[in-house]
Amino acid sequence: MTTSLLTATGLRKIYSGTPALDGADFAIRAGETVAVMGPSGSGKSTLLHCLAGIVPPDEGTITYEGRELSAMSDGERSALRRSRFGFVFQFGQLVPELTCVENVALPLRLTGLGRREAERAARPWLERLEVDDVAHHRPGEISGGQGQRVAVARALATTPRVIFADEPTGALDSLNGERVMELLTAAARETSAAVVLVTHEARVAAYADREIVVRDGRTRSLEPAS
Amino acid sequence: MTIGHTLLGLLEEAGPRHGYDLKRAFDQRFGHDRPLHYGQVYSTMSRLLKNGLVEVDGIEAGGGPERKRYAITDAGITDVAGWLTTPEKPEPYLSSTLYTKVVLALLTGRDAAELLDTQRAEHLRLMRELTKRKRSGELADQLICDHALFHLEADLRWLELTTARLDKLAAEVRA
Ligand SMILES: Nc1ncnc2c1ncn2[C@@H]1O[C@H](COP(=O)(O)OP(=O)(O)O)[C@@H](O)[C@H]1O
Ligand SMILES: [Mg+2]
Repeated sequence: MTTSLLTATGLRKIYSGTPALDGADFAIRAGETVAVMGPSGSGKSTLLHCLAGIVPPDEGTITYEGRELSAMSDGERSALRRSRFGFVFQFGQLVPELTCVENVALPLRLTGLGRREAERAARPWLERLEVDDVAHHRPGEISGGQGQRVAVARALATTPRVIFADEPTGALDSLNGERVMELLTAAARETSAAVVLVTHEARVAAYADREIVVRDGRTRSLEPAS
Repeated sequence: MTIGHTLLGLLEEAGPRHGYDLKRAFDQRFGHDRPLHYGQVYSTMSRLLKNGLVEVDGIEAGGGPERKRYAITDAGITDVAGWLTTPEKPEPYLSSTLYTKVVLALLTGRDAAELLDTQRAEHLRLMRELTKRKRSGELADQLICDHALFHLEADLRWLELTTARLDKLAAEVRA
């Protein structure tokens, strides 16, 4: 069995007395895409936030490449997020004041690249996601499907090891949603990035290699990790 | 075959029964739009008898097949269990078979949630296959895959919803 890149065991997270996570386990290998499914409110986003080191669990451990997230300093954790993780959310969350190419260049600039260099590195990702033609538009001037592809380009630009996608197609129609999924999973395959894909839609989950289901804060794996 | 397994399951739940009692139980639970014919019941029961899944528990005076009282055998119980734990081949319009399986699992005290999850995994496995095929295929092939994918998705939503309502259904079924 190959070792996991990111592992979580026995996660619990309580919000005002109610468990959002109540014994959740998770493991993903390099280059693997895992769909996290389950009804609304079951704890999918909370699991993703814990795995990405955005929210600390009340109980349980999370390890990335063998290192426990809780043992890292805040600075180390955010450095990990910047350099190793990429994020796509339901509503692109692009910076409205910046153009698309500037949005994609932003995470590269945060890792220390200069403006010109970062924007030059951003362009191929816009091409890859078929939104090069709106490179100099602002998010308010493009469609939802285009915005989501720009968001995927931004997540990929730092060639992260893990992409966290929370309902990445939730605000799109099926055709645009499928295109985003095709481009996202193809790019992840090529760069050997793992993808944690939170979705409640089975047709979106079908792009993953396997699924886990979250119910009432507990995870359930319906198939062996192959 | 669904009718055979359903009658077996009903027999397991209720204990030894005559054919006409089984038909009544079947119609009441599953036969809303398609009640069984007596002929179907008796031909099914004689097949089950031949296969050793039921045995004759008693014959009332008067003779004739309709006088036989049937009991499920150990082989029959194993057969029901096997049917309930094996997922159906995912395809459109499965709902009545799946509904029957869920109700029978609840009636016979088996794990209906497990049954639904096993089926769910089987559905998603096929959806992944179709998605892969769609990626490499031509438009005509993609459209055919899409049609199947939308139907499978509808099934899966039904599986989700039923899982969420299992406690309620269990209470109603056992009432
Ligand atoms: N920041 C928060 N503060 C309070 N409650 C929260 C917070 N985040 C999530 N919850 C609660 O935790 C549960 C799980 O939420 P979430 O992880 O967002 O579910 P999902 O993504 O599956 O819809 C819900 O009941 C939700 O209301
Ligand atoms: Mg969520």
